[in-house]
Amino acid sequence: MAATVIHAYYDDDDVLMHAVKRVKAKKLHIEEVYCPFPVHGLDKAMGLEPTRIAITSFMYGCLGLIVSIVMMNYIMIEDWPMDIGGKPSFSYIENMPAFVPVMFELTVFFAAHLMVITFYLRSRLWPFKKAENPDVRTTDAHFIMEIEVHNNEDELKDLLLDTGAVELNIIKNNH
Amino acid sequence: MASHYEAPIRKPLVIGDKGYHDVSVDIAAPVEGRANKMWWIVFSIALAAFLWGVGSIIYTVSTGIGTWGLNKTVNWAWDITNFVWWVGIGHAGTLISAVLLLFRQKWRMAINRSAEAMTIFSVIQAGLFPIIHMGRPWLAYWVVPIPNQFGSLWVNFNSPLLWDVFAISTYLSVSLVFWWTGLLPDFGMIRDRAVKPFQKKIYGLLSFGWTGRAKDWQRFEEVSLVLAGLATPLVLSVHTIVSFDFATSVIPGWHTTIFPPYFVAGAIFSGFAMVQTLLIIMRKVSHLEDYITVQHIELMNIVIMITGSIVGCAYITELFIAWYSGVEYEQYAFLNRATGPYWWAYLLMMSCNVVSPQVMWFKKIRTSIVISFIISIVVNVGMWFERFVIIVTSLHRDYLPSSWTMFSPTFVDIGIFIGTIGFFFVLFLLYSRTFPVIAQAEVKSILKSSGDRYKKLRDAGQPLYTIKKNGIVRETILGESDSKNALPEAGNLSLLSTLGSFDAGTQTVDDLKKVKGIGPLMEKTLNGLGIYSFLQLSKLTKKEYDLLDSITEAFPGRAQRDDWAGQAKLLLNNKN
Repeated sequence: MAATVIHAYYDDDDVLMHAVKRVKAKKLHIEEVYCPFPVHGLDKAMGLEPTRIAITSFMYGCLGLIVSIVMMNYIMIEDWPMDIGGKPSFSYIENMPAFVPVMFELTVFFAAHLMVITFYLRSRLWPFKKAENPDVRTTDAHFIMEIEVHNNEDELKDLLLDTGAVELNIIKNNH
Repeated sequence: MASHYEAPIRKPLVIGDKGYHDVSVDIAAPVEGRANKMWWIVFSIALAAFLWGVGSIIYTVSTGIGTWGLNKTVNWAWDITNFVWWVGIGHAGTLISAVLLLFRQKWRMAINRSAEAMTIFSVIQAGLFPIIHMGRPWLAYWVVPIPNQFGSLWVNFNSPLLWDVFAISTYLSVSLVFWWTGLLPDFGMIRDRAVKPFQKKIYGLLSFGWTGRAKDWQRFEEVSLVLAGLATPLVLSVHTIVSFDFATSVIPGWHTTIFPPYFVAGAIFSGFAMVQTLLIIMRKVSHLEDYITVQHIELMNIVIMITGSIVGCAYITELFIAWYSGVEYEQYAFLNRATGPYWWAYLLMMSCNVVSPQVMWFKKIRTSIVISFIISIVVNVGMWFERFVIIVTSLHRDYLPSSWTMFSPTFVDIGIFIGTIGFFFVLFLLYSRTFPVIAQAEVKSILKSSGDRYKKLRDAGQPLYTIKKNGIVRETILGESDSKNALPEAGNLSLLSTLGSFDAGTQTVDDLKKVKGIGPLMEKTLNGLGIYSFLQLSKLTKKEYDLLDSITEAFPGRAQRDDWAGQAKLLLNNKN
């Protein structure tokens, strides 16, 4: 952590978006923005990379499909083939119509759960995890933009106040 | 801003002059407040019903399925009727949260949380029935394909009953994570508002440490969208597979290819009716009329009317196909349904499900809260009878006229059914007191496009926001003192220096008696000390409490135990 960071508080999403655009126009790096609700377009304006979590979900779904096929092939075809109603289980592909529902369900099961677990781990969400938002108001109605100061404190202060920040908290780290 | 534009013809979804903070206050109010008498009465009734159900289940398991009214002809009756009924009710939750999300319907945001809760609670009730029917519920894990000690004895993947196991468990667990993921930011909001340490701890635990970084929100939105995309075919598959339990059999009356779409439409129909029942009560009890508006009720009524009509089409198609097929067994099954000894159940089903929702064509009726409530109950009754009719009337006159019989439930059948209703309401009532019942973060995100305040501003041609350039600046020094904000340390020990003095010119006197533990006498004492406002009280800390005790000499420790500062903070928030 840098020696000094500024937390700029905003109480409106539109004002925040304007501020983010102005700060980015000055080629300053925004460390973080804490929001009480999703602000559409904020990730792009801040310069965040698009998330790849949907891609992981697709891969997990493929994994689920493979698991279901391997499992049912082993259980129904290889390990103990049965002759049910004159329809013997000797070939997976010929018996497949009966296996479609479970193939579908396991695909969804894997895609949904593993994606959510990935999300929780990547965003550091789990029971007993301490919240890291710097101010309790960020889950209510305030937005905080965090910017590091590199010998430009006054300049930054003026800029942020000019963008409509309702409050600035200049945090000096003397460790 | 263009992104918040919404056509003026659209009615506001959040009524009243509400900003972002007001939404937090309103949604947190039922959680932070105390349960009223009405809640306790309803909860006690639900709990009693639940306990009756538990008793009936224990009796069934310890004695055997013979305690039910089943006989060798009607060997499947209330158990599977109740199972299908509860699973069907569950469907609306996922429909509202997933399908309406994909269609970008903003009105879902006021009702999705409760609808999803209803899904989970009703699927739990549904799951109970097959497990009880197993006779030895402790062996329920045998439905899972695990290597076992019986040699190569596997579950049968050709059986619709096993497909059901996979469908229902996937559905329940995916709905649960979908619900919980959406809850995280809202639990975070309640955590950050909590003043009592215990509440803070519990909601901190439930919120998984939700922080709300821009990246978290980006992922959150993507995850919600993908889950909605996955849940939409999932919800269709679940009731399709439930209908396979019947459709893949060779019983006339069950062996029909129309079952999957017919069951899915019926499920959405009954689920919306149950959402309607629950939310009409909840909006009143929890004072959420500004969020769950008549507009929401009307839209749900339209869904009920449409799905009810689809169900009606399916009923008629069934009759037509039975006649058109030329199969006399099929024809008899349907003739017997409508005109046989169970004609009354068929009539009840037809009138509740097909006729009653048709009144919703009239705007006066579908915007009437009382009639909506009555129709929602009627539909739920009708949908229970639909399943009863399908199941019992197809079985009770089987292949041998000598074994033709009727079904009559025993008190155990009734007890288990009533018990699941009780269990459902116990869960829902607990939920409504402890969970944020409206997805407040999502409501805030549509407030500018669909909130009454901003719609009025837009209509008046006024800007939705102004950039004020008079922000305050403060400094925090980390590493030197533990205090987060470098407030000036009180040099002397006088109370008012830390609490701040009261300025009668600019501030108003608060009614301090609103704080629990302050009576008229104590209020006078406090006024005597120069304390008039909640703002001053909210700044009380351990030191001030001790000082206050030493001055007033009344009930030492009382002020701190009652958490006057926390209460004052709340009152202050509600005032602003």
